[in-house]
Amino acid sequence: MPNKIDIINLDLHYGKFQALKAVSMPVQEKQITALIGPSGCGKSTLLRCLNRMNDRIPGVRINGRVLLEGTDIYGPGGLDVTDLRKRVGMVFQRPNPFPLTVFDNVVYGMRVAGIHHRGRLKETAEKSLRAAWLWDQVKDQLDHSALELPLDQQQRLCMARLLAVQPEVILMDEPCSALDPIATLKIEELMLELKKNYTIVIVTHNMQQAARVSDFSGYMLLGEMVEFAETNRIFTNPSEKRTEDYITGRYG
Amino acid sequence: MEQRHFDKELTQLKEKLLLMAGKTEVLINQAVQALKKKDAALAETIFELDKEVDALEIEIEDEAISLIARHQPTAGDLRFLIGVIKINNDLERIGDHGENIAQSAILLAGQPDIKPLIDIPRLAELATGMLKDSLDGFVNNDPVKAKEVCARDDRVDELKDQIFRELLSFIAEKPEVTSRAMELILISRNLERVADLSTNICEDTIYISAARVIKHHLEEGTIT
Repeated sequence: MPNKIDIINLDLHYGKFQALKAVSMPVQEKQITALIGPSGCGKSTLLRCLNRMNDRIPGVRINGRVLLEGTDIYGPGGLDVTDLRKRVGMVFQRPNPFPLTVFDNVVYGMRVAGIHHRGRLKETAEKSLRAAWLWDQVKDQLDHSALELPLDQQQRLCMARLLAVQPEVILMDEPCSALDPIATLKIEELMLELKKNYTIVIVTHNMQQAARVSDFSGYMLLGEMVEFAETNRIFTNPSEKRTEDYITGRYG
Repeated sequence: MEQRHFDKELTQLKEKLLLMAGKTEVLINQAVQALKKKDAALAETIFELDKEVDALEIEIEDEAISLIARHQPTAGDLRFLIGVIKINNDLERIGDHGENIAQSAILLAGQPDIKPLIDIPRLAELATGMLKDSLDGFVNNDPVKAKEVCARDDRVDELKDQIFRELLSFIAEKPEVTSRAMELILISRNLERVADLSTNICEDTIYISAARVIKHHLEEGTIT
């Protein structure tokens, strides 16, 4: 099966600082790919390149290619950014529901896309909330403010909001760092369920989380992709000494 | 919370170990049958079966190591995975003993018996019975049953010693039967080892389910 995404020789500079150095990495379809590494290693920067979220940061220069099903998202005549972000959505570290009702949050993207048919919105809202394992908890409070929900439900609401626009790839930037262990486990289980239909790329500080949920892992250090392999291999027999030092806790 | 994804992986691993256990049990029973019936062709089939057992051993060990590396299991999950690795090893050894018995059966198949086989089939029955029950104890997570199986090992040791003594006296009387008698001694030894390894499986079952260590007689008679 061809890769869903191919990152090829990607360089990124913030002004004079080079945050990504010739990074190459495949992302396989309907698999979970994790990016691990110490703070400042470039993993979030790399993730944000996948739906062009770094573009508007002043002083950023990007060289190299990111192919989404073979189309270079940075190439001339590539994808429209709005279309790209519809296909490649992101869940952030802190849950960021809009100050709207639960329902309006979920259907926000659809409305932006011009869909206002009440029945269709309701149908998609329920489907998305069910897919994010949130329907049972919120079905009686769809008209409440999303900000009233507990944090883990807010995070799953953000996932539901993303699922409603039917993305192909879900990017997650430390999606559990604001959550307690039980809520974290719930999100991890949800990821494993979602990978049946979606391609997931996750950035995590929590190496154990990468070990538990991902199929492939990339270890990054100082802007370089030190090692990329099947997660099983990374955590039982990494080929690079630097990877071994990091995953066994000897680094730093 | 619904079942964890990790639980599914643990269940799949357990199922694979049970598949291996089933093959090992068949292997030992066939080896004993081949001996009793002087059926060299049946004995030959054991070697293929043992290859399957060996392949499963490697698969199970890899998967258990991977689950430990990826999930950092604790408490019951940890004991289960460590237990699986040990039982996996025991089953593989049992398969090898079956292979040894098959080799002896092939050597003996073309020769007349030095005496009617009576005690060795009894020993085989005891050993395979212990193997079967040790696996039942593991499947059902039943430390009481496991403990009961361990207690049967003494009877096996006694019977093996008796067979050794008898065969040694045969050799002393008629040196021309030495090579055949040696094969029977080796077979008894292999069957006795099957019983020992079944005891190990029981000890691991008790460790997994009750977190108790009873091996080396550290804790006598406390599981009731």
